[in-house]
Amino acid sequence: MQQIIYFLLRNKNFLLFFVLFLISVFLTINSHSYHKNQYVNSANFISGGIYSVKSSITDYFDLKNQNKKLVEENRLLHLQLYQLENVTEIPKPEVLTNDSLVSLVGAKVINNSFSKTKNQLTINKGSLEGVQIDMGVIAPEGLVGIVSHTSKKFASVQSILNSNSQVAAKFKKSNHFGSLVWNGKDPHVVQLKEIPRVANVALGDTIITDGRSTIFPEGILIGTVKDFEIEEVGDYYNININLFADMTSLKHVYLVARNDAQEIKQLEKEASDVEQ
Amino acid sequence: MWNNEVVINTVRFVFLILLQVVLLDHINFLGYVNPYLYVFFILVYPLTGNKGLLIILSFFLGLTIDMFNNSGGIHAAASVSIAWIRPFILKYAFGVGYEYNTIKISTASFSQQMIFIISMVFIHHLVLFSLEIFNTSQILFILKSTLFSGVFTTLVIFCSLYLFGKKS
Repeated sequence: MQQIIYFLLRNKNFLLFFVLFLISVFLTINSHSYHKNQYVNSANFISGGIYSVKSSITDYFDLKNQNKKLVEENRLLHLQLYQLENVTEIPKPEVLTNDSLVSLVGAKVINNSFSKTKNQLTINKGSLEGVQIDMGVIAPEGLVGIVSHTSKKFASVQSILNSNSQVAAKFKKSNHFGSLVWNGKDPHVVQLKEIPRVANVALGDTIITDGRSTIFPEGILIGTVKDFEIEEVGDYYNININLFADMTSLKHVYLVARNDAQEIKQLEKEASDVEQ
Repeated sequence: MWNNEVVINTVRFVFLILLQVVLLDHINFLGYVNPYLYVFFILVYPLTGNKGLLIILSFFLGLTIDMFNNSGGIHAAASVSIAWIRPFILKYAFGVGYEYNTIKISTASFSQQMIFIISMVFIHHLVLFSLEIFNTSQILFILKSTLFSGVFTTLVIFCSLYLFGKKS
C-alpha cells in the first residue's frame, strides 16, 4: 500500500498530465460525432460575448463588400418579384403550401473559420429567437452549414467546410443525388460523392440541396461542377464543386427550418418501428 | 501567495487568450497558417513554479481556446503535453542549471533559447494537428501544417520574447 502511494506521489505530475490528456482526447473524439453532446462549444455567453464585441468592431472594415452583396441579393429578389408579377397564371395551391413549409430567421456571423479541417461558425441568434439544433444555415448565395449547438443568445454552426459534415445534394437537371463532403483543402471547393456512373455530368452543372434530408428544403443552391472523374474502383463519380457562397467572407446568413421536419421524422420512425 | 508573479501570470493568461481568439486565429496566412502564440504562457511560466499547477493551468488555457474554436479538446491536449514535457526540454536545452534558478529564458544564449522554443512549439503543433485532422491517411498534411504553423509561431514567440522579455 505504502509502495503504491509512494509511486503515485513520485509520478503525480505524469498522472495529472495523463488524466487531463485523456479528458482532452475524449472531448476531441466526442466533438467528431455530430449528434453527441459537445460539452465545450462557442455557443455560450463568454465566447459569444467576446465574439460579438470583436465583430462589432471588425464589421466596419467589410461594410462596403457586405453592402454590395446585399444590393446584389436585393436585385435578384426584385427580379424574381417582377417575374412573378408578370406571370398571368395564378400559382397552384400546392406550390404555395410547399413554400410555407419553410421558416426563415436572419442572423449575423460573429465568428467565422475556414482554415481548419473542422470549421465552425458562431452566429448571434440563439434559442430565444427560435434557433434550434439541426436548422439549416444559408447565405444569400447558397448553402453554409447546419446549427450544431445553441445557447440563449448564440448558436454555433457546423460549416459545410468541416470534414464531419455531410449534406444530401443533387443535380438540378437530373435528380441524381449524392452526399456533399469536404476534403479539408480549398475553402471554395467541396466534393460530391456517390453520384452513380449512369448520371450525365457536365462542367458547370448546378448542384442544389436534396429534399430527402429533413434539414434543408429542396432546391437551395450549393454550387457548380468544377471538375470530375470516375473512381478507379466502384461505379461512382468524384466531383469537385465550386461553392456559390464565399465561405471566407460571410456576414449575413439565414436559418431555415422545415416545419414538416417533425412530421417526416415521426413518419420515418414509425415506418422503421413497423419493420422491426 | 498573492504576489507580483501571480498577477503577471493571470494577466498574461487572459491577454494571450484574447489575443489568440480575437486576432491571431484570423490571420490565415497562405489560406490556413495561423500562429498559436498562447503557448508563450507555458514557455515563460516561472522556471521554479509548481509543475503540477502548470499542467492544470495549461489544460484550462487550451480548453478555453477550444471553447472559442469549437474544436473539442485538441488545444487542451497539446497544451498539457508540453506542460508535462517542459522540465525535460528545459534540462535538455539549458543543462541542469535551470533547476537552481541560475538561468532565465530571456537571458540565455540564442541557441539555447532556440532549441527550447522550437522543441516546445513543434511538439505542441504535432499533437494539435494530429488530433485535429485525426486521420492517418493525411499524415503529410499533418506534417505540413505542423511545419508551417510551427515556423510562424516560433517567429512570433521570438518577437514577443524580445519585446516583452525582462532584460535584467
